[in-house]
Amino acid sequence: MKYQETTRSTHNFEECMKCTVCTVYCPVLQVNPLYPGPKQAGPDGERLRLKDPFFFNYALKYCMNCKRCEVACPSGVGVADLIQSARIRYDKTPPKLRDRILASTDFMGSLARPFAPVVNVVTGLGVTKSVLDATLKIDHRRSFPKYSGRSFEAWLRRREKEQAAFPEQVAYFHGCYVNYNYPQLGKDLVRVLNALGVGVQLLDKEKCCGIALITNGMSKQATRHARHNVAVLRKAVVDGGLKVVTTSSSCAMTLRNEYPALLGVDNGDVRDAVTIATRFVFEKLEKGARLRFKPGYHKKVAYHVPCHMERMGWGVFSEKLLRMIPGVEFTLLDSGCCGIAGTYGFKKENYEASQAVGEALFNRIRSVNPEVVACDCETCKWQIEMSTDYSVMNPISILAEAIDI
Amino acid sequence: MRFDSVIIGGGLAGLTAGISLQEEGRSTAIVSTGQNALHFFSGCFESLQEPPQRMQDLFAGAGVRLHYREGVRLMPLGTFRPAALALADIDLVPVPHFADKVLIVGFAGFQDFFPAFLADGLAREGMQCRTVQLELPELERLRLSPSEMRSVQIARTLDRIWGKVIREVKHLLREEDAVVLPQVFGLQDPSVPEYIRQGLPVRVVFTGTLPPSVPGIRTQLLLKRRYEALGGTYLAGDEVVTAHIHGDVVHGIATRNLDSHCLEAGHFLLASGSYFSKGLKSTPFDIAEPVFGLDVVHADDRNAWYDTDFFADQPYMQFGVKTDTALHPLRDGQPLTNLYAIGSVLGATRPEFGFGAGLAVRSAFAAVDQILESL
Ligand SMILES: Cc1cc2nc3c(=O)[nH]c(=O)nc-3n(C[C@H](O)[C@H](O)[C@H](O)COP(=O)(O)OP(=O)(O)OC[C@H]3O[C@@H](n4cnc5c(N)ncnc54)[C@H](O)[C@@H]3O)c2cc1C
Ligand code: SF4
Ligand code: SF4
Repeated sequence: MKYQETTRSTHNFEECMKCTVCTVYCPVLQVNPLYPGPKQAGPDGERLRLKDPFFFNYALKYCMNCKRCEVACPSGVGVADLIQSARIRYDKTPPKLRDRILASTDFMGSLARPFAPVVNVVTGLGVTKSVLDATLKIDHRRSFPKYSGRSFEAWLRRREKEQAAFPEQVAYFHGCYVNYNYPQLGKDLVRVLNALGVGVQLLDKEKCCGIALITNGMSKQATRHARHNVAVLRKAVVDGGLKVVTTSSSCAMTLRNEYPALLGVDNGDVRDAVTIATRFVFEKLEKGARLRFKPGYHKKVAYHVPCHMERMGWGVFSEKLLRMIPGVEFTLLDSGCCGIAGTYGFKKENYEASQAVGEALFNRIRSVNPEVVACDCETCKWQIEMSTDYSVMNPISILAEAIDI
Repeated sequence: MRFDSVIIGGGLAGLTAGISLQEEGRSTAIVSTGQNALHFFSGCFESLQEPPQRMQDLFAGAGVRLHYREGVRLMPLGTFRPAALALADIDLVPVPHFADKVLIVGFAGFQDFFPAFLADGLAREGMQCRTVQLELPELERLRLSPSEMRSVQIARTLDRIWGKVIREVKHLLREEDAVVLPQVFGLQDPSVPEYIRQGLPVRVVFTGTLPPSVPGIRTQLLLKRRYEALGGTYLAGDEVVTAHIHGDVVHGIATRNLDSHCLEAGHFLLASGSYFSKGLKSTPFDIAEPVFGLDVVHADDRNAWYDTDFFADQPYMQFGVKTDTALHPLRDGQPLTNLYAIGSVLGATRPEFGFGAGLAVRSAFAAVDQILESL
């Protein structure tokens, strides 16, 4: 007898056994009754959409792509991937100007950076916020990420020689946030890696990973970014024999998982070499590398696992690394999504839902009352800092602060 | 990464083992592909006829209250089943005729609870029933998405307004001496069902809904939180794909997310569940344990796997991983000496441990004891 060995359908959707477990963990379903939820929007909807694209439901845009449904699903269904690829396939409405602006993180960054002091003041003004709210539907209650006057790329390029002198080398996919908004995180990474005897190189002109383009319905541009990035990664990994680290969980997830799953861009020869910085550092220390810590360092840290870190299953590396730092008093926050989901929470129509989703996390942070919240995601940082009185640091920055050089 | 023990599967068996080991100061990790059978849990622990003190202590430490009373419980479709050990909010009654007049309260728009069947069942036992549907404006917004108006979403709302539910139900009571309500209370806070019970002047019986199970999910949340508070590492959404085995010893396991980063340990526990959780996999020819390739007790003749009478006890439910007396699973007839199989991956191959939740808890304790003794 012949039989089909496996029945792996696109994003494994036929494995769905309708158990409803994903609906328990979807943060949007908890706050927005207009959203059909992961089961309906994902595998249930897919059956209908395959019959007739007419059944595509525009409410799928409410999905934050947090992937918590996939983490919960006992059957390995790519629920969020199904939803995002349905949006890519069937949603033909051209993205709004606002969404194009929010999604173009690198373009906006290169425009805003030279005028950083002005831009920061202007976007901080109540009147600007009202104008943005009224014209573009960017919610006026949001605070904007600040732009930095000097880009990280320029800073590191001036240290090329010094970095090349280290016996071991890695390439750094810094992403838009480090480059335009917060170069300090990149500098912290360089400090930590240098202390481990590792020099840091730039890639040959990375582009934005494209996650915001994907979620804002600009998959064509995202695919162009993906092709470009895979090519520059290939140069570093295949030709240069380097590992590539990131300090952003969303960049890492996009480069590794979303390129093949959503954009159909093959990254097979580079995927394994792309890793998050905390994992890279943890593995070095595990293999015997040593760091010297400042005597008397003390910090009460509460770690929030960003959704995309949770999906990659790598929160454990950041956790173990933080726990290793002498003087760190560690609490793991197990309270789910912060609600921002990249550009999602910036949109006026999502503001309330976004804050409601984050409420459990904010309350948990307040009850732990740490000195600092640790988190590997830049948009979580904005959301938590805006919604609570606590400041957020990347685990790498905490490490950089604790080591003694 | 190295731990004292690594546990494959984060359901009732895996969490029981993980919490026990952490409480004894051992470092452990749990890897779990997805959520588990607790999400469908009725609230009654099958095959636990006596209240084991050790289990009560472990659950109390996690904030899960149990109660023990031999009796029967009201099933969602109005029948009764014997039960003994249950979560504190599940009412076990000594006899099916637990009241003379019963008020059955549903929630308008909630399709996963069946008042009419319940009323029929209770009437068979000689009870008079009246059925009402509560209309709460706070639940109205859930009705915008009728197919998603499930137990858990309702519980999220009712956990905030349980005082109102008490007032409304009180108002509806006439001469009834009992109220039947769906299990949609206390998703986060296990005290809410107790508040409802104390707030009403008559006996309150909470009855199961279609999945997901609110008391089951709460139990999972509390056990996992306890495990993590004890320093356990819970790797959610990751799948163990292969094991590194030398001779009769497991050295490490590889997972999908950690790819080249192997998890090493002195002991491993296989708590991967049954077919539902993919701890056992069936093909047209075979029943296999996918991670280690263990020997599985099963009938060779495929026709003997199932009974064509749908409602009969199905033979395939008996199948499970083959183990020696110490719960070490066999591979090609030889035991793997630092691996233990616990919970429903055992099927019905070890009847001395019971079945259902009883099997999960008893086999977990048995494995933990051996691990603690061995070092
Ligand atoms: C629908 C349903 C309802 C039930 N209701 C009751 C009830 O009311 N009362 C009762 O006493 N019993 C009930 N049972 C029986 C139930 O099986 C046990 O009570 C108990 O919960 C089983 O626990 P477990 O830990 O052995 O397995 P599970 O709860 O099945 O957990 C196994 C876990 O292992 C994970 N896993 C599997 N393979 C891998 C892998 N390769 N890598 C990583 N993780 C993996 C799975 O994702 C899952 O999370 C029910 C069972 C089912 C299926
Ligand atoms: S990705 Fe997140 S928001 Fe989207 S369906 Fe899944 S859980 Fe819900
Ligand atoms: S959790 Fe997975 S199997 Fe269950 S309904 Fe959702 S997609 Fe389907």
